[in-house]
Amino acid sequence: MANSTLSEPLNVQDRSGSSSTMNTSIYRRRRLVNAFNMGASTLTMAFGLFWLFWILFTLLQHGLSGINLQVFTQSTPPPGGQGGLANAIYGSLAMTISGTMIGTPIGILAGIYLAEFGQRGWLAPATRFINDILLSAPSIVIGLFVYEVYVVSVGHFSGWAGSLALALLVIPVVVRTTENMLRLVPNTLREAAAALGAPQWKITLYVTLRSAKAGVLTGILLAIARISGETAPLLFTALNNQFFNSNMNQPMANLPIVIFQFAMSPYEDWHTLAWTGALLITLSVLTLNILARWMGSQKTQSH
Amino acid sequence: MEKFSNNQQMQRQMLLDNIFRLSTRCFAFLVLALLVGILISLIIGAMPSLSRFGWSFLIDSDWDPVAQKFGALVPVFGTLATSVIALLIGVPVSFGIAVFLTELCPNVLKRPLGIAVELLAGIPSIIYGMWGLFVFAPLFADHIQPVLIDNLGDIPLIGLLFQGAPMGIGVFTAGLILAVMVIPFIASVMRDVFEVVPTMLKESAYGLGSTTWEVVRYVVLPYTKTGVVGGIMLGLGRALGETMAVTFVIGNSSRFAVGLFEPGQSISSALANEFAEATGEFHMASLIELGLILFFITFVVLACAKLLLLRLQKQEGKAS
Repeated sequence: MANSTLSEPLNVQDRSGSSSTMNTSIYRRRRLVNAFNMGASTLTMAFGLFWLFWILFTLLQHGLSGINLQVFTQSTPPPGGQGGLANAIYGSLAMTISGTMIGTPIGILAGIYLAEFGQRGWLAPATRFINDILLSAPSIVIGLFVYEVYVVSVGHFSGWAGSLALALLVIPVVVRTTENMLRLVPNTLREAAAALGAPQWKITLYVTLRSAKAGVLTGILLAIARISGETAPLLFTALNNQFFNSNMNQPMANLPIVIFQFAMSPYEDWHTLAWTGALLITLSVLTLNILARWMGSQKTQSH
Repeated sequence: MEKFSNNQQMQRQMLLDNIFRLSTRCFAFLVLALLVGILISLIIGAMPSLSRFGWSFLIDSDWDPVAQKFGALVPVFGTLATSVIALLIGVPVSFGIAVFLTELCPNVLKRPLGIAVELLAGIPSIIYGMWGLFVFAPLFADHIQPVLIDNLGDIPLIGLLFQGAPMGIGVFTAGLILAVMVIPFIASVMRDVFEVVPTMLKESAYGLGSTTWEVVRYVVLPYTKTGVVGGIMLGLGRALGETMAVTFVIGNSSRFAVGLFEPGQSISSALANEFAEATGEFHMASLIELGLILFFITFVVLACAKLLLLRLQKQEGKAS
């Protein structure tokens, strides 16, 4: 069967001549199937892009009108009142930055172990495996974990608990990219440094890590992009706060949860603010994503 | 004298080396410990509910905070149902996108289109939820649902799935939005594994006169089978744990219902809605047990995905 279909086109070349009709019909059917499937494939691509642009369009449509100075200078209002998102924006920034600060060094060091010392033994393969699972583990479970070990023992929700939950989401992303990027560094570079008598820690920190800098940075940016839109892990860690609060030890407002609360409410003016917040958050996440990819491509081009 | 200081220097560096190696090892170990820690803390938190309800927790459909009686059937069913719908829609679409990106797309467009699909993965899930609730659900309720209910609702058996009020929100809407969310994950894994197929293999098939579809169907797909399944499992893992998008559109009803358009509940939406205001020890513990179940299911699914992808990598290593 396979044989006969594969030999078809040879007959087809002299189709204008006197090739058998049966072959032409098989040939036509194969072309039809091909055209249909390739058309469907193109359609699915259009389908994917359609959702992306529809969502972006709606965000711009509903969110742009709400952007004004008030959004950045005033705190979230009670229903019917005047206000902005200043406390939520501040809280999101503070927790994202501190979460990244906590998670990144841990991730980079673990990544170094996997790439530089992980050739032998059971720890490296196991860590790699578990890390990949943590990478896609449900973020709401991470929130539950931080609630259990931190919020319960401290006794109250706080900004620190939120940053801790976000840090736990940063770690797997950074571990993964750091390891991959360090592996791309040619071994000759390490050998050259070793031949000059450099100890291992100097080789790793001053030679290998430095030459993989752009890639590692890309990973950190991707991690920031991921956590800045996360809502679920903050639900039971940072909670929310209607007022401006710069004390990380208190419940803290943050954009995703404000959007959640305001969008689920029946008040029209809260909806407008929610759309504005949604637009802000999406724009920053997408910008970070594009920036990270641009940096990644710069790096591969320079090689 | 000089030799002595060199020796000292050497010893110092060796010590630093050991400290460095040990500290990176510790942090790698921390990642492992994290997973074990999550598991243990969830089990401890769920203890009251585990010991009181036992296995019947899994098959009981009551969820009654007033009577302090809890069962996980409705949220577990909701989680599985939405994920299955998401895969039914998402897998064919992802496959099409991957084929388009690897076989059909002109080289100039490859990168921008690839990035566009990945941006779809970058949009935060809360945005999907909000958009689903305010934009998609009303459209769906006004234009698509009534048609489906009128035409399919009367067919025996299948009709049961299509009954219910056209509210726009419900299990099906949640599944559809989940599908859009997992498409980029599945598509990018599929694209990556399609790209490892040796060009020689594909060119041989083309040389024998195959059409593009035949090359995809009989050369690319058999070669990357395990990788494709791994990618699908990865998408399933994502869909199972997705929280905010589902919470917005699933309708949050703890009543058991089979219909596609009925409101329901998933594990993650139950947690998101009830956890902060849980009353009583058993309510809290039952919610944590739900989290434990979710973690367990996703762990198994993701571990399978990872093993399949690893197997493909090994095969590839052998072949080259």
